[in-house]
Parts: sequence; C-alpha cells; structure tokens
Amino acid sequence: MERGKEPTYRVVPGPEGLLPPAATVMGVALPEEGEGLVEGRIVSETEALEQAAIAMLTRKNATLFPGPLMLWGWNEHTNQKADAFFEMAKEIPGVRIIPMPDYRPIYPKIDPEAVINPCHPNLTIWHNKIEACVFIGVHCHYANITLKMVRAGTNCYTIALCAEAGHEDAMASVPNFDIDKIDRFRDALIRVKKNGVKPLYEGKGIVPTGWAQISKLPGEALSKPEGELVQAGATPGFSHELESGLDDTAE
Amino acid sequence: MSLKTIQAATGFKDYLPKEYQDLIDDGPFLQKRKVSELGSFKEALEEHPMCSGCAMTLFIRLCYVGFPSLEHTVLVGTAGCGRLAISQGAVPFVYGNYGDTNAVATGLKRGLEIRFKDQPKDVVVMAGDGGLADIGFHAVMHSWFRKEKFTTVMLDNEVYGNTGGQDSGMTQKGMVMKMAPTGKKFEKMDMLGLAKTAGVAYTARIAPTNPTRVANTIRKAVLIAREVGPTFIQAYTSCNIEYAIPTPKVMDDARAVEKDRYSFEEYFSDEAKAYWDESEKERKRLRKAKK
Repeated sequence: MERGKEPTYRVVPGPEGLLPPAATVMGVALPEEGEGLVEGRIVSETEALEQAAIAMLTRKNATLFPGPLMLWGWNEHTNQKADAFFEMAKEIPGVRIIPMPDYRPIYPKIDPEAVINPCHPNLTIWHNKIEACVFIGVHCHYANITLKMVRAGTNCYTIALCAEAGHEDAMASVPNFDIDKIDRFRDALIRVKKNGVKPLYEGKGIVPTGWAQISKLPGEALSKPEGELVQAGATPGFSHELESGLDDTAE
Repeated sequence: MSLKTIQAATGFKDYLPKEYQDLIDDGPFLQKRKVSELGSFKEALEEHPMCSGCAMTLFIRLCYVGFPSLEHTVLVGTAGCGRLAISQGAVPFVYGNYGDTNAVATGLKRGLEIRFKDQPKDVVVMAGDGGLADIGFHAVMHSWFRKEKFTTVMLDNEVYGNTGGQDSGMTQKGMVMKMAPTGKKFEKMDMLGLAKTAGVAYTARIAPTNPTRVANTIRKAVLIAREVGPTFIQAYTSCNIEYAIPTPKVMDDARAVEKDRYSFEEYFSDEAKAYWDESEKERKRLRKAKK
C-alpha cells in the first residue's frame, strides 16, 4: 500500500484468531527514522514512545522481554545498552523481566515464569497474564513470528523496540532503537507519569520472575502476588463431578 | 566474533534461568571436558524429548563432549529423531531440508572460512540413515567428491524411526518392519565403502558401547576434517521402539550388534594418517612439557 495513505486495518491487541494476517499485507508500512508505529499508523517517534509508555504503565503485568542481542554481553556496546535498559525498567513500577535467551524450541516443557520462547510465546503470556510487553534485542525474523502469535492468541499489547527497521505486527514500534532511544523511552515514561498517567503498580520495583530461580534479586519479596496464590484444595481437579460405576462393557 | 556470547550482559545474569547460569559458570565451553567428567559439569545437551532408553541420545551427548571446540562448532541436521535432541543443545544448529544437509554444510563451511579467517569453525552434519543414505545421498556423495572439509555423522538406527518404521537403505536385508511387512528387499548399503571410494579422509564405524571411544572418534573426525578433508562416522544408534528392544536392554543390544556386525573400524587416507600421527606426536610433546 502507498506510504502516507492510512490503512484501514488496525494492529490492536487480540486475540485475533489462529492466523491473523501479516500487518504488512494489510497495508501497514514501516516507519522511517524519527517516526514510530502505533496500531498500524505512522506517528512521530515521541508519540509512539508515549503510547508505549502509557501501555506499559497502565496495563496489567507489564513485562520486558529482552532477547539474545540484549541479554548476552557481545561487546562493550551491549553492556552499555544493558545499563540503559535497567534504568528504563526502573521507571515502570511492578515491571517483570522475562528473558528470551535463545531460540531453541524448548521441549518437553518450558518454565513460563522464567523464560519466553519464540516457538510458543503465548504460553508465557497466558501463564503470567501479561497485558503489555516490550520485545527488545530479538532478531527480527523471530520477532515477526512471535508478534503474530501473540496477537493471534492473547490480549497483550506488544511493543517492539527494534534495532533495525521496526515491526508492523507490533501494536507500537520504533525503529533503529539504540541506547539514545532507550533513554528517550525512559524519558517518555517519566514524562507521561508527570502528565498524570498513574501507574497501575505504583510504588513497586522490578518484580522477580521465575520465582525460586532468581531468589537473590532485590525488588519485591519473593512470593507470588496474593491473587496468584492457589490455596490447597481450593481448585477442583476436574471441572465436574466424576461419574462412578460406569459399565465398561455397556454398548 | 566475540566469545562473550556465553557471558550475560551487565545485570542480566540473575534474570537468566538456572540452566543458562550453569552454562555460563560451569558449561562445556572454552575448555576441554572429558567423558569421565560427565555429571560434574553442565552439559550442552540435557533435557530432550527423545524416547526413554534411546541409544541415539547417548551417542549425541557423547559427541558434544568429544567436539574439540564446542564454542566454534555448528551442527547441521534434518528431519528425523536426532534433530529433536540436537536442536535442544546449546550449540548452533541449522535445520537443513531433507536431502540438502551436506549442501547446506558446504555453503556454511565455506562462508565461515571467509568470515573467520583466523579461527577454525567446525561444521558437523549429524542426521539419520534416511537423511544421509537415502534422501540426502546425492548431496552427501558430492560433498565427499568435492572434498569439503566437514564431518558427516550418520545416526544409523536402521529404520525410519519417527514415521512409523519404514525400511531405509541402511536396514538389514530381510528385516521385517511395521511398514515393510514382507521384509527389506536388498542389502544394507555400504556407506563406509562408498566413503572410501569417494576419497573421504577418515571413516569410522562405531557403536555407543564405549563412551570414551565415541568422544575420541568424533574429536578425531572433526580435527581431520578441519585440516585434511571430509570425514564420516557411521554410528549404530538403535531404535528401541521400532526394533522392540526393552529399554533396559538397549546397551545389551548395542554390545551384541557390535560383536556381530558393527565392530569398531576406522580408516585413514594416507594424508589423514600423516596428519594425525604428527598431531599426536605434538600433543604428546606438549603433555610431557607440561609435566
């Protein structure tokens, strides 16, 4: 579709169904430097960062998903980027950090509190009831798959902070996301809070995830939020009463 | 390229799952691990979805110990049981299409040689008998004819294991399988003979009965491929499901088959032999100097 022409298609939180169309075939174009994407429309970078900031501050269980390009200390630049990342994370009260360390298809079962996997990102999002998330440092071809799967099966607001061209399938995306832009995102978080956006989890720090595994981390006390605790006996094993005395030989 | 890929960026280590932290602290990278140390360090392959008692998984685990420099190794595989485990390993894995593994490995090896002039990168194709002797046969043979410098490891379970038990070219003649009810019609392919004819520098036939020998053989094959030319390992890795081998008897079967028709056998080309003898001498000299 022609650039500058506003697409009728909106990239909004799902669930959109098993196979949502790729946003690009629905006419969503990638932003240029200085621009961003919000729900499929090209806006200024500042507006995109502010919309992303509002989503991360106000939606439930906002989570940062750092990918391999962010997590591993390839070089000094990566370490500097990591410092900026944590500075930004501190501005989102109650934010969780769940890593995507690599792209191995984790079988037989992932631990959705400790890790997100591009082959089934919806499991982590469902399990943790995440309604806003940031993907950063994920290689683009995996980010594309992941973003579509998340839009297909969850109600999560996805934000792709991409070091390359940005992602049409995210609800908000900013291209060429370097250290300066991480700082600008931090500034946007501070700004929208100053302008009156009240964070959903005001007063909280970074919430540890993968509970037992990262017990050394500072932040909240090492326990699940009360609402997520399941009391023994409170949950029935089956959703209905089991029938007994069925005759196996009955026709 | 930096080996800091196996170090977390500042502040992130605590957020990594325990198994990644263990890989950083006590993994198999940047040091030589021995088979006798198994169980005392974090292996590159631990959790996997393979069948209980699978000999192929044991063989693959031992290969990971044997690779001379795991951090500089790229594996290429294809459809089949083996890739279910290999794709779980903490080593880059390229999933080739059925039939093109050795073509993919050729491009990869040549590309890596151009990109990393001062650092040898080992490419190892690891796939099943169906992937290499049947469907991938032409690519395997041509990579050997071209003397491509990488190792091909055939996980020979003598059957198409995860598609229901069809006979492969490597199945024994007369063998009745679920999907070959009248029995295999022709002889097991002589891949080792074909490899020698094609000019492969080093070949080995092996069963996973002796763990140290498996690790040493894979190490030898990878090092010779790095310096001399193509190498090939044909490994008996039984399918205990399709061959109905009770799980506790898998190793008994491996020993029996090894005794009967799969004895350890290796072949060096003259050039490979000269290289290997020389490098053995050098290693001995270094060991002595250390003492």
